[in-house]
Amino acid sequence: MAEIKLCDVNYIYNKGTPYEAHALKNINLTIGEGITGIIGHTGSGKSTMVQLFNGLAKPSSGSVLLDGRDIWEKSERVREARFRAGLVMQYPEYQLFANTVYEDIAFGPRNMGLSEDEVNKRVIDAARFAKVPEGVMNRSPFDLSGGQKRRVALAGVIAMRPEFLILDEPAAGLDPGGRRSILGGIKEFGKASGTSVIVVSHSMEDMASYCDRIIVMASGKIIMDGTPAQVFSRYNELIGVGLDVPQITRVASALAEHGLDIGRDVYTVGYAAGKLSELFDK
Amino acid sequence: MENTIEVKNLCFTYEGYGDVPDVEALHDVSFTVEKGSFTAILGHNGSGKSTLASVLCMLSEPASGEVYINGKLMTGEDVTDEDVFDARRRVGMVFQNPDNQIVASVVEEDVAFGCENLGLPPAEIRRRVDDALECVGMRKYARHSPHKLSGGQKQRVAIAGVIAMKRDCIIFDESTAMLDPMGRREVMETIEYLNKVEGVTVILITHYMEEAARADRVIVMNGGRVLTTGTPGEVFSEPELLWDADLDVPQTTELLYRMKKAGLDVRLDIFDFEECAAEIARAVKKRQSEVK
Repeated sequence: MAEIKLCDVNYIYNKGTPYEAHALKNINLTIGEGITGIIGHTGSGKSTMVQLFNGLAKPSSGSVLLDGRDIWEKSERVREARFRAGLVMQYPEYQLFANTVYEDIAFGPRNMGLSEDEVNKRVIDAARFAKVPEGVMNRSPFDLSGGQKRRVALAGVIAMRPEFLILDEPAAGLDPGGRRSILGGIKEFGKASGTSVIVVSHSMEDMASYCDRIIVMASGKIIMDGTPAQVFSRYNELIGVGLDVPQITRVASALAEHGLDIGRDVYTVGYAAGKLSELFDK
Repeated sequence: MENTIEVKNLCFTYEGYGDVPDVEALHDVSFTVEKGSFTAILGHNGSGKSTLASVLCMLSEPASGEVYINGKLMTGEDVTDEDVFDARRRVGMVFQNPDNQIVASVVEEDVAFGCENLGLPPAEIRRRVDDALECVGMRKYARHSPHKLSGGQKQRVAIAGVIAMKRDCIIFDESTAMLDPMGRREVMETIEYLNKVEGVTVILITHYMEEAARADRVIVMNGGRVLTTGTPGEVFSEPELLWDADLDVPQTTELLYRMKKAGLDVRLDIFDFEECAAEIARAVKKRQSEVK
């Protein structure tokens, strides 16, 4: 199992100018298997941090280790890190460029120097996970709807079979059905391929439903790191740093005040409904 | 009650080309928006929401049907350019991506942009810009550079630009979609302030059910048609209808719905988490006393 480790990482923007900003402060973090969610308000350092994982940004101090080796040690290492950790940026649909959907998805694997047979196999696989409809493979990506373009861009990264799939707001701007389908596809891909997934999102409800682990960032530091249950039970602290908890977590907390205690670690509706049914069936 | 916007039997088609077929984006859409009201429009991607918004702002012309702005017919042969410009002065729009609608390099200049285009006297522009920035809580950033602001702050600057033009009605096309929870809260508070205090008619297009639950009225679009409309209580009381249309209901409603299915006698039209908890607690107590 591959592992990314950040050791005493600091990141400073515009160092030595009046606009100097200390975006990450002494970050120590290990990312292994499963789906890891990163939450934090705008400017908390999330996006800077995900750019460190695949070597898009170089830390001002500290080191980024991929399987125990510093990715900045040699230039080949950074190149390797960029193939092993695939980053899907925010609004990736703006990065499509090829003449057909197929060509766009094939761009990454071709750059890896794979045979045409292998490229073809990967494109088809990736399109399936990202739920790109089969009928559009020979269409121009610019003819597709926003949600479909997003899937094509996601497939383009999945086709490189990264060991880490890093996604910055993959579901932003999609309708609830689209969110479920794209996040469900990512989860399915992670499970089937053993890829570690890292998701940045502002939707507490989505994070609660899809993540195994949640990291909370505030002012360039990691302030919480745990399971959704552990993180969302620290309700007041989250609100204090400009975040939120799923609506259902607030309902559970209000229920406790009415004498219906279903626990502090409630973060999905299904779980809350189950717990409540047990209570009143007694 | 006076209507700010009324549409009747609206149809809109995007013409195809090559082997891409025509897309009928709006089909026989009719509704009214009362003056000073807060209307939310829900619908999955591609359901026709944004097309509808661009027709209401007079940016797109419908294939057929009628649009009335403040009682005046805005479609058909007899509409003059003058009428269209006048309607555009009444209905403003705030888009999804704050970075796509900021044009100047200083916040207050950006807010002044629309007023300058209206040809207002400088003193009047100064007053309107200051008032608008005050209204969205961004006065102290007047001399800042917009690109250094957070998403929520940028979006509030964009809203200030529309406020400064004194629109009767503002359409927000997924204006909170790109924001973090705090940014969303700020923008929603600004929208509610404009509606409740300043009396601006608000149309909010959103994918967040919790935001729609705060409106006076909800219109649900599906496949270019109006699927259902009513108060948030009425619309969200039918979760299956919304789930079938790839939409969702607020988590409070979903919990109440599941409790009802499990045999608990609860109302479904509750969106406040405390009221939701109180309703469940009441129903559970009632049930326990019946069992005894």
